[in-house]
Amino acid sequence: MSAPTATTPPIPRSSWLTPRRRKALLTRTVLYLLLAVVAFFFAGPLYILLSTSFKPMSEIQAGGLMALPHAPTAQPWITAWGEACIGITCGGLKGFFGNSMMMAVPAVLISVMIGAINGYALAKWPFPGARFVFAALVAGNFVPFQVVLAPVAVTLRTLGLFGSVQGLILIHVIYGIPITTMLFRNFFLSVPNDLIKAARIDGAGFFWIFFRIVLPLSPSVIVVALILQFTGIWNDFLFAVSFSNPASAPMTVALNNLVNSNFGVKEYNVHMAATVIAAAPTLILYVLLGRYFLRGMTAGAVKG
Amino acid sequence: MRRFFQRHVSQIALSPSLALIAIFLYGFIGYTVAVSTTTSKAFPRFDNFVGLEQYWRLFHTPRWHVAFTNMFLFGGLFLLVTISLGLIIAILIDQRIRAESFFRSIVMYPMAMSFVVTGIIWQWLLNPTLGIEVMVHQLGFESFRLDWLTNPNTVIWALVIAAFWQGCGLVMALFLAGLRGIDEDIWKAAAVDGIPAWRVYVFIVIPMLAPVFLTVVVLLSLSIVRAFDLVVALTNGGPGVSSDLPSVFMFDMAFRRTNLGLSAASAVVMLGTVLAILIPYLYAETRERA
Repeated sequence: MSAPTATTPPIPRSSWLTPRRRKALLTRTVLYLLLAVVAFFFAGPLYILLSTSFKPMSEIQAGGLMALPHAPTAQPWITAWGEACIGITCGGLKGFFGNSMMMAVPAVLISVMIGAINGYALAKWPFPGARFVFAALVAGNFVPFQVVLAPVAVTLRTLGLFGSVQGLILIHVIYGIPITTMLFRNFFLSVPNDLIKAARIDGAGFFWIFFRIVLPLSPSVIVVALILQFTGIWNDFLFAVSFSNPASAPMTVALNNLVNSNFGVKEYNVHMAATVIAAAPTLILYVLLGRYFLRGMTAGAVKG
Repeated sequence: MRRFFQRHVSQIALSPSLALIAIFLYGFIGYTVAVSTTTSKAFPRFDNFVGLEQYWRLFHTPRWHVAFTNMFLFGGLFLLVTISLGLIIAILIDQRIRAESFFRSIVMYPMAMSFVVTGIIWQWLLNPTLGIEVMVHQLGFESFRLDWLTNPNTVIWALVIAAFWQGCGLVMALFLAGLRGIDEDIWKAAAVDGIPAWRVYVFIVIPMLAPVFLTVVVLLSLSIVRAFDLVVALTNGGPGVSSDLPSVFMFDMAFRRTNLGLSAASAVVMLGTVLAILIPYLYAETRERA
């Protein structure tokens, strides 16, 4: 496309650096310098987190925050995953990672399914009062969950689910309804009505149209909803800390207990490895599916 | 029966969700409002109605004062920093730069991190014996002090910088989308008239982004009222209670101090704050569309 640079004749210096070009060059230099500062500010913490997690404690105490590890060791990771003491148990994070997975995967799948059906019903099978129903459901996005915390605790105790992973799944599914319903309803509005009408004339029912026509048309919104819900539920701390017990605690709670406990010597390298482990699943989703991720975050930013 | 099902299938499909939200959201909000009018301690009781006394007590509790004031202080600083820098970074990225997606990804990846992770990272960076302060000392600036985490007067900045690091990506992305939506002809016309770029931004482009500003302010304000995990992980409300926020106060009263009545009152005030932000916004939105 562009002319090969090797064949371009050298430009005389005098005509190349005209005042105007000099100014443009200066502007570009300043621009990239500023961008470098921005990139350093945002990427620096992750770099420090990773490099510190491979350092022995002696190197950390010697300073050199930005230095790469001199003698890299995987021991902090092994300790964080399988040996670190969290509360009274010393089995590392692996059990809590499992808790988070056993909580997040079913909660995400169920809440996305419910949201898809709700959104489809509201967008494509409207009835008198559908707008009111939508508003009543979606208003839940704005409510600070502090206002339901105590009654939820009472309810979970009554159901015998307090302190269990199942209880957390139930709560995440229920409070996921507003955001997933909103996401799917807004997307399904753009699915042509003629498609639905044609199928209905052919005798197709509510669920047949949903599974055979509407869902196959919407892989992108499904991915967005899955990412949004997984990120939200994996990263949740408020419900986790309120309704779990030491055995059923998700990662966020275990990580906070590990790092912010006042007992013993602080093993910073282990803390850093633990932090990377806690952040890894959502970070990997971001790296693999960045475009969908942004759409999910924008839609989910209103959520409680 | 079959005909009834077919005719009302949409309502039937929605009814479980509606019932759950009616109970778990609206019912529970009512429950908390009811508890806030009682002297409930460890367990909710409804036989000890005291009217608005808990609200009176709440606003006469020094710790609540700190928490409530902090919400506005933290909120104001966070809005100012995140909106101004988020916009500037969006403008920088919008200059037809090389490796644009690389820079965008770097600004946005912290969005994937939980507030607990964010809090822990910044607790580490701001630690006076291990973090940035030591690094700057080793560069030769011995008098440099970064004692945000240990100084009650500046601890709020620790929350601001961590929240900015986590939330800037979303704000930047919203502004960038707004900038990309602006008609190219404006730039061509300005170039023909020889108007410098900064003036085009200040007097034409930024005023055109007003709807984006509104969205960003509302989104960030909602997150400010709810901020909880970040404080717990970064400062745990300290030193003392100097970085307390309403959500932390509420949690402490409900689950540690067994003062459910007071806790419920604080939760209702939080809900009221959200409504005070939302109602004017929704009112403006619906009027605009009408």
